[in-house]
Amino acid sequence: MNGRRLAGDFKIVVRSYLRNPVALFFSLIFPIILIALFGAILGGNGSPSTALAVENLDHNSPASQAFLAALNNTTLVQITMVNYSTQDFGTALGNNGYTTGLVIPEGFQSNYTNRTPVNVLLYTNPEDASDAGIAESAVGGVVTAFNLHSACSTCSPVLGISLRNVGSQIYKEIDYLIPGLIGFTILTSPMFSMVDVAASYRKDGIFRELSLTPLTKAEWLTSRILWYVLLTFISAGIMIGAGVALFNAHVQVNAGLLPFLFAGPFLFVSLGMLAGTVAKTPESAALIGNIITFPMMFLSGTFFAVSLFPAWLQPIAHVLPLYYVIDGMNQVMLFSNTTRALTDLAIVMAIALVFFALAVRFFTWRDE
Amino acid sequence: MSQAIEVHGLVKEYPGLTAVAHIDFTVAQGSVFAFLGPNGAGKTTTTEILEGLRRSTSGDVRVLGLDPWTQGYELHRKIGVIPQDFRFFEKITPREGIEYYGALFGTHPDPSDLLRRVALEDKADSRYDTLSGGQKQKMGLALSLTNDPEVCFLDEPTTGLDPHARRAIWEVIRTLRAEGRTVFLTTHYLEEAELLADRVAIINHGRIIAAGTPSEIIRTHGRPERLLIEAPAALADYLRANAGVSAEAHDSRVEVPLGSKGDALRVLNAVATSGIPWEGFTTANDTLEDVFVRLVGQMDNGTLKSEGAH
Repeated sequence: MNGRRLAGDFKIVVRSYLRNPVALFFSLIFPIILIALFGAILGGNGSPSTALAVENLDHNSPASQAFLAALNNTTLVQITMVNYSTQDFGTALGNNGYTTGLVIPEGFQSNYTNRTPVNVLLYTNPEDASDAGIAESAVGGVVTAFNLHSACSTCSPVLGISLRNVGSQIYKEIDYLIPGLIGFTILTSPMFSMVDVAASYRKDGIFRELSLTPLTKAEWLTSRILWYVLLTFISAGIMIGAGVALFNAHVQVNAGLLPFLFAGPFLFVSLGMLAGTVAKTPESAALIGNIITFPMMFLSGTFFAVSLFPAWLQPIAHVLPLYYVIDGMNQVMLFSNTTRALTDLAIVMAIALVFFALAVRFFTWRDE
Repeated sequence: MSQAIEVHGLVKEYPGLTAVAHIDFTVAQGSVFAFLGPNGAGKTTTTEILEGLRRSTSGDVRVLGLDPWTQGYELHRKIGVIPQDFRFFEKITPREGIEYYGALFGTHPDPSDLLRRVALEDKADSRYDTLSGGQKQKMGLALSLTNDPEVCFLDEPTTGLDPHARRAIWEVIRTLRAEGRTVFLTTHYLEEAELLADRVAIINHGRIIAAGTPSEIIRTHGRPERLLIEAPAALADYLRANAGVSAEAHDSRVEVPLGSKGDALRVLNAVATSGIPWEGFTTANDTLEDVFVRLVGQMDNGTLKSEGAH
């Protein structure tokens, strides 16, 4: 690596980019549009009814189903059935973006019929008072109705509510959306442009020109990586700013984010170059780029948390490099899980190095 | 004089096609060498092999003593190349391009000076995508000079240019030669080769069919000087019968090949005594273009064998 050559090439990349208004628009305005659009669709400011995650441990007994039907009829809450049996329910709710949740315990039906007191477990987050209040009044109303229905004047109430807390922090959809959409731009912005650059520079003979200079392929690729790292820093800043300003997102921004904003573009610039190298024409390059990009765009946790995917789809997400970029940023920005973030970072860097080496090896400026 | 370029037994084969079939030539240091041939003759393939952009199938190629394919990285610091149809980053100006190449080659070129040399100083700050074809070609020429090359490769540098731009490029080529640089020029403008080149080689179907200075090639492969007389066809018959020459009639013109100076006087005397009315006469010599067209045509008819050229 020669510093002057790298700096000279970097200057050309920056100038070419800054003089292209369309490209500039897409890299700076597009992130804001993405956040605004998806934030609005997924309802960053609270939906009309409160989302209530329900786990029924009484194996869908008639009594438990009647209880949920009554709860649904209140129209105060929107019920989503979940199965977090292997995890701590409160943490799992937090990790999946729920602020309220309900567990119907095993033996609900038999206890209710035998008039043995039994409590449903209501999880709320005290920091989100409005959701908590709605959930408490809805569940409380149904519990009262069930007690009245079964009551004899002398008996004590059969059903009760145990209150629990949802994980330490409120996660709204917008909070997930920010790391996801940063990941989305880390993927798409270099991929679409690099496959095109790789194929069209070869067609136009620009690689030929460069092959006649002392510029090396590694230097050429590195200056592109540096540019996309810079662009990612800027667009991530814009997206976090827009998320906080428009939807009051709760994300932690700290130095732990920086390695991902470096490793992500490093990986996808290299992958884009590799894809463009394999292609013979700009048209087939675009096709190959799309084949690689689109599955990753939707299945890596960009718009929806991977944990919400059906079970059969989850293993697919785990082989996509972008999953580890986004998961790592989730760990840093939402869950403060350093160990898992470091694991993700190691995976991303390893894949990036392999793609970089392959791109430098297989991309040729000259013909045999 | 030492040789800047040495090519011995160069062969380049593609599946089902022999693009270059065992050619030999040398280019002396400080000279202008023109490589001529119809489209698809193997010019660009040969040029790209010399530049280290393509690998040869067999043969020995040396440019400044280096093997262009295996020692390309070293060679590229010493040569300047303008490819056919030069393309560059669209949003970059000639001045920025020269600074960029300076950074890549580790030199400190003066952009204004280089652009003045190629007559492009008025477009120094215009982006590449706003330049005309001739201006782009001049920009390519300026870039190829940023590393102060010993050998300049110009692949059809004037194709598609207007006469004014073409003359500007010719002027640059003359200056390059005057500065002691070697110029390897491919072109299909014969007049360009005749004007600029010290030596010329004509390639067709991957073989060199003629080589030497332009006048050597004309002398060796051209027809002898001809006397053209504007007269009816009857004069041709009369001259064949009475002057012992092989006169031929074309339209209203009689053409007489001249073996020696004396032939001309004898023929003109015969014309005077024939009594056949005539309008006037001129003499004609083959140009390089005439030779080129005839040689390429004969080869395509299968009536010419290739020759080794040295």
